[in-house]
Amino acid sequence: MYRYDEFDRAFVHERVAEFRDQVGRRLSGELTEDQFKPLRLMNGVYLQLHAYMLRIAIPYGTLSSRQLRQLAAIARDHDRGYGHFTTRQNLQFNWIALKDVPDILEKLAAVEMHAIQTSGNCIRNVTADHFAGAAADEIADPRPYAEILRQWSSLHPEFTFLPRKFKIAVTGSPHDRAAIQTHDIGLQLTRDATGALGFVVYVGGGQGRTPMVARKIRDFLPERDLLAYCTAILRVYNLEGRRDNKYKARIKILVHESGEAAFREAVEAEFAALRDEALDLPTPERDRIATYFAPPPFAALPERSVVFERAIAADPDFARFASRNAHPHKVPGYAIVTVSLKPVGGPPGDATATQMEAVADIAAHYAFDEIRVSHEQNLVLPHVRRDDLPAVFAALRQAGLATPNAGLVTDIISCPGLDYCALATARSIPVAERISERFADLDRQHEIGDIKIKISGCINACGHHHVGHIGILGLERKGEEFYQITLGGSGDETCTIGEIVGPGFSSRRIVDAVETVIDTYLALRTSPRENFLAAYRRLGEAPFREALYAAAE
Amino acid sequence: MSKRSKTFAPVVATANDLATGTVVFRTPDGRWSADLATAEIATTPAEADALRLRADADVAADRVVDLALVPVVRDGAFVRPTALRELIRASGPTITLPTDAPRIGRAARPTP
Repeated sequence: MYRYDEFDRAFVHERVAEFRDQVGRRLSGELTEDQFKPLRLMNGVYLQLHAYMLRIAIPYGTLSSRQLRQLAAIARDHDRGYGHFTTRQNLQFNWIALKDVPDILEKLAAVEMHAIQTSGNCIRNVTADHFAGAAADEIADPRPYAEILRQWSSLHPEFTFLPRKFKIAVTGSPHDRAAIQTHDIGLQLTRDATGALGFVVYVGGGQGRTPMVARKIRDFLPERDLLAYCTAILRVYNLEGRRDNKYKARIKILVHESGEAAFREAVEAEFAALRDEALDLPTPERDRIATYFAPPPFAALPERSVVFERAIAADPDFARFASRNAHPHKVPGYAIVTVSLKPVGGPPGDATATQMEAVADIAAHYAFDEIRVSHEQNLVLPHVRRDDLPAVFAALRQAGLATPNAGLVTDIISCPGLDYCALATARSIPVAERISERFADLDRQHEIGDIKIKISGCINACGHHHVGHIGILGLERKGEEFYQITLGGSGDETCTIGEIVGPGFSSRRIVDAVETVIDTYLALRTSPRENFLAAYRRLGEAPFREALYAAAE
Repeated sequence: MSKRSKTFAPVVATANDLATGTVVFRTPDGRWSADLATAEIATTPAEADALRLRADADVAADRVVDLALVPVVRDGAFVRPTALRELIRASGPTITLPTDAPRIGRAARPTP
């Protein structure tokens, strides 16, 4: 993985020292809150309902064991013993004291991490496919490009005060696990007819109060033009994006209002002016960055593992785990493992310090020291020998992390909601927990099969409800929480915004409503091989609406 | 609260402690306490205005941030905020916190 060079190290330490001084001046009263607030936000410090919250970037979701252990230590020493992995491959600590933040940032810098640009109207943490470098269907590893974009966008002087925040995601596979079409820029690695590497470029996706699927503005962007083209997009947005209304300031509105063709034309014109300047991505530099992401020293192994197959035959629990949480790897004899942070009845995406340490130990022992954070709020061990899967399962089970539910009904995405977030209008975690409890039975979960439930506690849609197969949006009306259901959303390569199915449900009735939707699917699917989304796309919303509102009468 | 509703409800002054972020309430003797039960309750518009002035002075003195006056109701021997958001601020998340250590969550899980 990428290692800081002298410049990176000096830069991050300077920022820590600068923020230490700023915090000191705030605590002494030298800086007012109005003066200090933009400074703390630039360092990832928010003030939430109960305390300060620190959002830490995990670039393209890649962590080493050492880094994860440090996050565990921070959770234990400065928070309440746990952290929350977010839908943007960040980690949030919810109970941070402002006076401790400089020390925490110092500890992060020691393991080459920081919280810079995790807030504010700048280019945020660049995210990537959590199976990067491992997925069997991968064309190329997206992380070198994500790292190049991270370096380019860090404190970029021209793009530090954009009209609004800006999010970039990169995938190296045709099957999109990084939800690139819901990002301001989505990049998909591809090859042209000559075999040359480049990108399909999407622009203007986003969720929030105005959900939009990104438009494809380039079928093929040569690799060397990555930075010039992204600069062109950002420059058009920075100049033309609205600044009069924060709700209309994201690039998706600009693309929508100017029209896809006119926007593309403006970007191409800017790109034509830029491409021969110094923004070329030189092959030697690309190669230098790529060496940090070289594959680990995989052993030459047979595709089949006798150890694995015996364990499958002998242990139904392991078989169930392997059927959901182990995924095909590009190298024979290896698998990718999803570490579920979705225990039945628990808050999605939370991990205790001890659990983080357990995953760090397992990664160090069995997975080349690598951990990934998924936007689906799970952890991933990207490179595990199939021979080792039974041992990894046992170790995860000991840590309470072997829930065999990846991609199932209890693998729910949920934002922090009103239990933590100052912007939320309703609670989301308790709804996720109650759905998870309702569907706790593993036989039932496996019978239901692939389904994505995503819950947001306000219109800002951090829980990605717009692209949930079943999306739940928590709102407030006359002092009461209520929940709107959307159906048929998808964040993958068939990206679709879900449709609102009808009036919302009270907190008391929302879990029943979800169960009604799922029972309707089970009754109408052509076979267990037709998953929820496929059935919904075939059937439309009518049978679900009828079942929901007939049941509600 | 910039707007005052036609029917006045008793209010307390709440904010976050500057250094720690802890949710705090202003007490009659000018302290900021994490315990809502110790908060000064303004029961008339005039009392609310006076409370606001005293709390504003504490903000100006950099003791607390994010000040608000929030309506409360007396519920038997207890005082609680009327809005769910403020109830959660006052009593903690409504979920069980996933710590390894003994549980720190301040509020019981509510009935759905």
